[in-house]
Amino acid sequence: MAYSLEGRTGAWEVVVGLEVHAQVISESKLFSGASATYGGAPNAHVSFIDAGFPGMLPVINKECVAQAVRTGLGLKAQINLFSRFDRKNYFYADLPQGYQISQFAHPIVGTGEVEIELQDGTIKHIGITRLHLEQDAGKSMHDQHPSKSVIDLNRAGVGLMEIVSEPDIRSPEEAGAYLRKIRQIVRYLGTCDGNMEEGSMRADVNVSVRKAGEEFRTRCEIKNVNSVRFVMHAVEAEALRQIEVWESGGEVVQETRLYDPAKGETRSMRSKEDAHDYRYFPEPDLLPLMLEQSWVDELAATLPELPDEKRTRFCTEYGIPFYDAGVLVADQTTADFYETLAKGRDGKLAANWVTGDFFAAMNRTGKSIENPPVTVEALGQMLDLIADKTINGRIAKDVFEEMVETGKMPAAIVEEKGLKQVTDTGAIDDAVTKVLADNQDKVAEYKSGKDKLFGFFVGQVMKAMQGKGNPALVNEAVKKQLG
Amino acid sequence: MSLDAATVRRIAKLARIRVNDEEVSTLQNELNAILGYVEQLSEVNVEGVEPLSGGAQMALRQREDKLTDGDMAEKILANAPDRIGNFFAVPKVVE
Amino acid sequence: MSIFDLSLASAAKALKAKEISAVELTTAYNAAVASLNPRLNAYITTTPELALAQAKAADARIAAGTATPLTGIPIAMKDLFCTEGVRTTAASKILEPFIPPYESTVSGKLKAAGAVMLGKANLDEFAMGSSNITSGYGSVENPWKRQGSDAKLVPGGSSGGSAAAVAARIALAATGTDTGGSIRQPVAFCGLAGIKPTYGRCSRWGVVAFASSLDQPGPMARNVEDNAMMLNAMAGFDERDSTSAVRAVPDFTAALTRGVKGLKIGIPAEYRLKGTNPEILALWDKGIAWLKAQGAEIIDICLPHTKYGLPVYYIVAPAEASSNLARYDGVRYGKRVDGEDLIDLYERTRAAGFGAEVKRRIMIGTYVLSHGYYDAYYLKAQKVRNLILKDFTDAFTKVDAILTPTAPSAAFGLGEKMDDPITMYLNDVFTVPASLAGVPAMSVPAGLSAEGLPLGLQIIGKHFDEETVFAVSAAIETAAGFSALPELRAK
Repeated sequence: MAYSLEGRTGAWEVVVGLEVHAQVISESKLFSGASATYGGAPNAHVSFIDAGFPGMLPVINKECVAQAVRTGLGLKAQINLFSRFDRKNYFYADLPQGYQISQFAHPIVGTGEVEIELQDGTIKHIGITRLHLEQDAGKSMHDQHPSKSVIDLNRAGVGLMEIVSEPDIRSPEEAGAYLRKIRQIVRYLGTCDGNMEEGSMRADVNVSVRKAGEEFRTRCEIKNVNSVRFVMHAVEAEALRQIEVWESGGEVVQETRLYDPAKGETRSMRSKEDAHDYRYFPEPDLLPLMLEQSWVDELAATLPELPDEKRTRFCTEYGIPFYDAGVLVADQTTADFYETLAKGRDGKLAANWVTGDFFAAMNRTGKSIENPPVTVEALGQMLDLIADKTINGRIAKDVFEEMVETGKMPAAIVEEKGLKQVTDTGAIDDAVTKVLADNQDKVAEYKSGKDKLFGFFVGQVMKAMQGKGNPALVNEAVKKQLG
Repeated sequence: MSLDAATVRRIAKLARIRVNDEEVSTLQNELNAILGYVEQLSEVNVEGVEPLSGGAQMALRQREDKLTDGDMAEKILANAPDRIGNFFAVPKVVE
Repeated sequence: MSIFDLSLASAAKALKAKEISAVELTTAYNAAVASLNPRLNAYITTTPELALAQAKAADARIAAGTATPLTGIPIAMKDLFCTEGVRTTAASKILEPFIPPYESTVSGKLKAAGAVMLGKANLDEFAMGSSNITSGYGSVENPWKRQGSDAKLVPGGSSGGSAAAVAARIALAATGTDTGGSIRQPVAFCGLAGIKPTYGRCSRWGVVAFASSLDQPGPMARNVEDNAMMLNAMAGFDERDSTSAVRAVPDFTAALTRGVKGLKIGIPAEYRLKGTNPEILALWDKGIAWLKAQGAEIIDICLPHTKYGLPVYYIVAPAEASSNLARYDGVRYGKRVDGEDLIDLYERTRAAGFGAEVKRRIMIGTYVLSHGYYDAYYLKAQKVRNLILKDFTDAFTKVDAILTPTAPSAAFGLGEKMDDPITMYLNDVFTVPASLAGVPAMSVPAGLSAEGLPLGLQIIGKHFDEETVFAVSAAIETAAGFSALPELRAK
């Protein structure tokens, strides 16, 4: 069922396009040798170039170019061997040069596509219009002084990739799924850390509404939304606002707005009012950026496996369901954890353990995949103990809890606690004999046709053996002795 | 194309230069004279001609990703007309 | 003979031979600066103490045998080059308090070579002008006078302070920058030689930008040889400038004695412009005859888009300038005029800090880049610029160098040609095309006008072929035997 919002005049479709700003992972800035690392004392990560001093000139960072190409490849997009930088001219306190060096007419990456998966399992394709490289701005802070704003240029000049989507998104859910997907891809590629809290990834959200079958109506751009949840909320809040405007006979004005998470609403941005004429022109301090196809091919060859491909491979290679594979590839570290575990073992069993007890333990203990509640080696050893029948599945659950609790290796726990599975048929036979002797009445009932009691006898035997009996052997022995 | 006073004001606003009425009228005359002069370019046939944007005809040289600059907040701030600690300071901005 | 009669080359020889000391030379020049600069206003900032300290260091270097040809040579630095610890204004009030915490590449190279900096030379504000009258620090007086007149003449621009300083012998040589003729026109007005190298030959790093795709530093000096020595030290690849050429720097002085025998010299008919002083056209003919006499082959060529050079220039340069000058906002350095809010601060700061010509060019540049006008003006200009480049590349398939006049007139009086901006802009008509094409071009003093003012000829070469430019220039210089001097000079 397609998403729509109900107004007084009927259903409205929501049309969304996202511009994701992803900070490039690099040592130094896009056009200067100052640190691109987040944080630092005020104005410490700043060169004269970043601060726009007279006579300073930009020199491009090769790694930022490579990161943009990798991201383009990850978005299955066209890599443009010729691209160029332009100046986007506007005045702002945190824009020291009075212009941002960006790519307007000739971006480094052209059209591409990503696949998103919705809650109900639907797969949808969202078009990528372009990806271009540009400089980040500095940071103005307005709450440090009663009458002044203060400026820190540490972020000024850090490389940004602006990833622009087609207006293919039709609901808050799709917007969220798209943003998560972009984040997943750049994290896999190692081109952006995707950390929205620190602002290394943020989105400008273009929203409009229309009646079914109409052309696009006027859109508004909501600037700098910094979480997946807020993007989803902002889409809905802005769509509802626009519906109200249209339905009360008004006209939506194209403008830049801000999302206020506290109020759950968007508001017009005063400071951007007359910033519409950016006077783009080719950056004369830089020459056209020409890439060699062979270099692009080299980057493509060394690209890590992407989440979609990994998911498909996990299904075929480890025989696990598509859904489970999706959970496991959600992030690279989990996928690597799983794959290390599954290599040479029962992939399905490994997947069940990771998505089941392991994730549960992670949530319960508040740990993360980077700092897991049990190591992959320990979990692997446990799977091996199950596989070679040292322990059975039920005991394994106890062993696992003990591992989480104590951090001990499973073999040691099994040894220490004597949890080894009993496969000695003599011992099993003895236990069966004793259980049957103690429950003669039940034996008689069974023999008179109450088949269901078979499970009772198996249970009693396992109990008598403190759960350590090999379930198959116990079954067999019970069956034999009952005749 | 001829500039009117409103356009001169808009351009001055874009360029962030305060102009008074007298300056607007002077600028209007001067800018129109310049625009009239460059108007002769319209007689040049540029069909199929690529724009030449730079002074140098070569590909862009790329630098290695190394930390070579920064860590000199004092030098960055030494010329600042107003500062608070190691921040630049300006009148409060309303977003 | 006075110490001021030594050219850079001969002073260098005398220093090397220890016939004079660097301190001696600098002390003489410091004194000359102190006595003549108050009248000429060739320097915005003088640095006599720094100069003396550098001279002492130079003498030590000469004694230690580690000197370069420029060690101990007192020069003027155009106040567009950022100099660490020495105020750099670009002749604008907006940079009045600015003390750069860094040294431009070119001034740094000269410093490293042991040159002595006497001070920061006056110029048109942000290098925008052809007469040095747009300086925020007052106009510069050309040391030359019309015969029988004491009227003040302009030194040309934008490197007018540099030219006046060298002509009045209050600097042995100077740095300049050339965007549309800012080296060549003032040296022509002041009876000096100066070269705008190929775009990319000298680094722009640390030079206050006017129009990035055109700006090019270069030397200004008394003669062609002095220029070659200066350029040897100033040129070279700089990894901090993305438009800097990865090219080895030849020894330009070696090209001076090559001669012009067998060289093909192009004479473009399009430079015979209506309204050009007939004396200048006559001098051009003389120059042709000189080269022919020395064995060059003279070839008539076509540079059909020459007349569009100026209109292209007056779109491209202001457009880039409008963006380059956006950084002067009173926030991080320079002069600030407080305002009620940030926008008010910007507008007041820029209104007070920039002079009329700079505002005019920022306005024009902003307009031609603005929405709806970009294609008609800026894009069109860039296309015509390509045609101008093609004019040159076509011509250079047939000739080795091109000979033209440098400027359509001799130095004019302060207050003349001020009726409207266009009249002033026409000064650059012969120099702008080479700037747009990025090719090297030199102006050499070749004769005097009937009024006794110097006139220059321009030699244009192929990209990165400054050597041929030097060879042809040296041949013109020799033939012209220009030896006139302005009365107003250090003696």
